[in-house]
Amino acid sequence: MHNSSTLVRRFGVAACVAGLTLTVVGAAAAQTPPTPQNPQPAPAPSTDPQQLREEVDRLRKEFESVRDAYGSRLAALEARLAQIGGTGVPPAPPLPVEPPAAAAKPPTAPPAALPPGQVEVPAGAAGAGGPQGPLPVYGSATATSKIFNPDIAVIGNFLGAVGKNDLNPSPVFEMSEAEASFQAVVDPYARADFFLAFSPEGVEIEEGFITFPTLPWGLLAKVGKLKQQVGKVNTLHAHNLPWVDRPLASVNLLGGEEGLADAGVSVSKLIPNRWLFLEATGEVYQGNSGVFQSHQRSDVSWVSRLRGYRDITESTNVDIGASFARGHNDAGPDFHTNLFAVDATLRYRPLQRALYRRFLGRTELFWSRRDQEEGRVPAFGMYVSGEYQFSRRWFAGARYDWSERAYDASLNDKGPSLLLTFWPSEFSQVRGQYRRINFAEGVTSNEVLFQLLFSIGAHGAHVF
Amino acid sequence: MKKLTIVSAALMAALTVSTEARAAVKVITSTQDLASIVSEIGGDKVTVEALARGYQDPHQVEAKPSFVLKLHGADLLVVVGRELEIAWLPALITQSRNAKIQPGNAGYLDASRTVRILDMPTGQITRAMGDVHPQGNPHYWLDPANGRRIAKAVEGKLSELSAADAAYFAQRYADFDRKLTAAENRWKGILTPYKGTKVVTYHRSWSNFAEAFGLDVVGYVEPKPGIPPSPGHQLALSEEMKRQGIRIIIVEPYFDLKTPNAIARTTGAQVLVVPPSVGGVKGTEDYIRLFDYNVDLLASALKTATGH
Repeated sequence: MHNSSTLVRRFGVAACVAGLTLTVVGAAAAQTPPTPQNPQPAPAPSTDPQQLREEVDRLRKEFESVRDAYGSRLAALEARLAQIGGTGVPPAPPLPVEPPAAAAKPPTAPPAALPPGQVEVPAGAAGAGGPQGPLPVYGSATATSKIFNPDIAVIGNFLGAVGKNDLNPSPVFEMSEAEASFQAVVDPYARADFFLAFSPEGVEIEEGFITFPTLPWGLLAKVGKLKQQVGKVNTLHAHNLPWVDRPLASVNLLGGEEGLADAGVSVSKLIPNRWLFLEATGEVYQGNSGVFQSHQRSDVSWVSRLRGYRDITESTNVDIGASFARGHNDAGPDFHTNLFAVDATLRYRPLQRALYRRFLGRTELFWSRRDQEEGRVPAFGMYVSGEYQFSRRWFAGARYDWSERAYDASLNDKGPSLLLTFWPSEFSQVRGQYRRINFAEGVTSNEVLFQLLFSIGAHGAHVF
Repeated sequence: MKKLTIVSAALMAALTVSTEARAAVKVITSTQDLASIVSEIGGDKVTVEALARGYQDPHQVEAKPSFVLKLHGADLLVVVGRELEIAWLPALITQSRNAKIQPGNAGYLDASRTVRILDMPTGQITRAMGDVHPQGNPHYWLDPANGRRIAKAVEGKLSELSAADAAYFAQRYADFDRKLTAAENRWKGILTPYKGTKVVTYHRSWSNFAEAFGLDVVGYVEPKPGIPPSPGHQLALSEEMKRQGIRIIIVEPYFDLKTPNAIARTTGAQVLVVPPSVGGVKGTEDYIRLFDYNVDLLASALKTATGH
C-alpha cells in the first residue's frame, strides 16, 4: 500500500513537471518571432505594448461592428421569415442580398434549419389553440424557387411628334412600345432570350430564340423568331436605334417599321484567320415577313451574310458586311424578291476617355429586285449616318436617307435628319430629331420627333 | 549492345518528355490586374492576355468582335465578377463559340468567390442609388490580402486544368505569397503614419484599398455611382471638405479632371490621379508595382498635405 501511494505521488509530481514544461515550451514557441518560413502579415514590426493595445482595441471594435451588423441582419431575416409564415404570401420587395458563399451555387435549403417550404408557427400563436409544429407553405415562399428566375427588364419607348406630315403622320404622343425581355440559361447547352413587345397594336414576340453557344467547329446557332441579318439596322430593336425612326431604305425596301423578323434557324460560323474577325451566317425562315410572303410550306426565305471586323487601333475599328436574302413575295406564288445589302461601320472610342467621347459612322446600301407581273423592279436605297458624343451625357447626330420604293423604282423619297440625345443615366434617354422628307408624291414633311426611353430591371448588354 | 541500350533509353526518355510536355494554358482575363496575378502564378506554363486596359473604365468596355476571337481560343477565362463586366462580357462569352469558358464549366473562374467583399448593400436596392452594384464592391483587388486570395484561387484552377504542373504552380504561389507579404509590410510601414487620414475619391472604387491602408473615404465627387458631378453636389462636397480638413482627392485616370480641379481650387486640396488597375499609368506593370506606385504617390501627397 505504501508503494502504490508513493507511486501515485511520484506520478502526480511527474505529471505536474511535464505540464509545467509543456506550458513553458508552448509559451516560448508562441512568441517565436516571424521567420521567413512562417511569415505573419502584421502591420508593424515593433512589439511596443502601446501599439499592441491599440491594435487589439481596433480589432475588438471591428469585431463588434461586424457582429452587430450580422446580428441585426439575422434578426431582420428571422422577423421576415416569421412574417411569411403568418400570412403565407411572400412580401413584395426582394430579400437582402445573401452572403457570397450562399449565392455561389443554388442553395438546396434556406439558411434556417427548417426543410425548404416550411416556416415556424409565429411566436405567440402556438399553444393558444393555433396549429402546432411547422406550417406547410404553398407557392414556395422561400427564395429557392426564385433563384432560376430569368433576368427581366422592361424598356419603355415613348414617342412624340410635331410638325407637318401629310402622308403618314405619327400621333402627337404615343406609348409606342414597352419591350419586356426575359433572359436566362436553359441548360448546360443553351440559353434563351425572349423580347416581347407590347404596343398599341397588341403583344407580339419581337424576338424569342434559343442560342446554342457550345457547338463545335466555331458554330453558333439560334432557333426561334429572329430579326433577319439583312444589313445592320434590320437587326436593331427600336430602343437600340440611334434615331427615333427607321431609315427610309429600311421602311421602303425591307418591309415597314417591323423590318424583316421571322421564325427560323440561324447558324453562323467563325472563320479563323490572321487578319480579321470573319463570320459567315446562313439563315432559313418561314418566308412571311416584311417584303416576303410565303404561299406554301416550301416557300421559305433564306439569308446569307459575311461579316468582317478589324481593329485599326485600340480606339478605332471598322466593321463591313454583305448580306443576300431571297424569298417569295406577295405578287404571286412564283414571284421572288432578292435583297442585297452592304453595310459599313466606323467606330472611334478612345479607351481612356471612353466615358466622354465616341463617334460612330455607318452607311448601308440596299438593292431590291422584286419580281412581279409587269416584270422585275430594281430599286435602290441607302442611308448614311453619324453620331458623335461630345460630353459625358450628350450625343449629336445626323442622317441622310435616299430610297426608291420596292414596287416602283421611279418613285423615291429622300431627306436629312438632325439629332440630339441626352442620357440622364445609362438607363434612360431623351432624344429629339428634326426630320425632313421629300416624298415621291411631291409632298414634303417637316417634323420634330421626340423620344423618351427608360428601362428597368436587369442590366442589359450595351449594344455594340 | 551497350550503345544500343543507351540510345534506346535516350530515345525513350526523349519521347516521354515530349509526350508529357504540355502546351501552355491559354488564359484570358477581363482586367490587367487579374492578368498580372495569373502570370505570377502560371509562369511560363501559361500565356495570359487581358481584354480591358488598365487605363479604361472596366464597366465601360466595348464588346468588340476582336475580343470574341480572343475568347474563342482561350482555355481559361478569369473574371472579376460582382457585376463589374455585366454590360459587356456575357454577350462576348455567348458569341465566343468556346464551350470550355461558359460560366459553370471548368474553364471559367470568377475570382470574387473567395475574397473579402465590402459595400454589400442591404435593405431595398433600387437604381435611385445610382448604378449600384448589388453584389458588393467589385474593386476588391485593391487590397493586397485579396490579391493573395485571388492568387490562391488561380493556383487551384490552374492545377485543376494542368494537374502535372500543380507542384510548379504551388511553388510559384509560395514565391508570390512571400514577395507580397514583404511588400505589404513595406507599404503599411510607409502609410502607417497617415492612418485615419480622410480622403475624397471620385468613384466608389477605393473601399478595399482604404480598409487595407487605413484611409477614410468620406465623400465622392460623383453624387451617386454612375451619375456625373452636379454643381449642387460639388458645392456641398467642397463645404464638407473644408469643414473636415480633407486635403486629398483621388481620381482614376479615366475620369474628367474638371470638377476635381475646381473643388481643389476652392478647398486647397490636392488632386491625385491614382491608377486603380495594373497598366493604368507607366510604372504599374504588375500587381506589386501598382501598389508601390500608389503607396508612394499617396505618401508623398500626404506628406505635403499634413506636413510630416
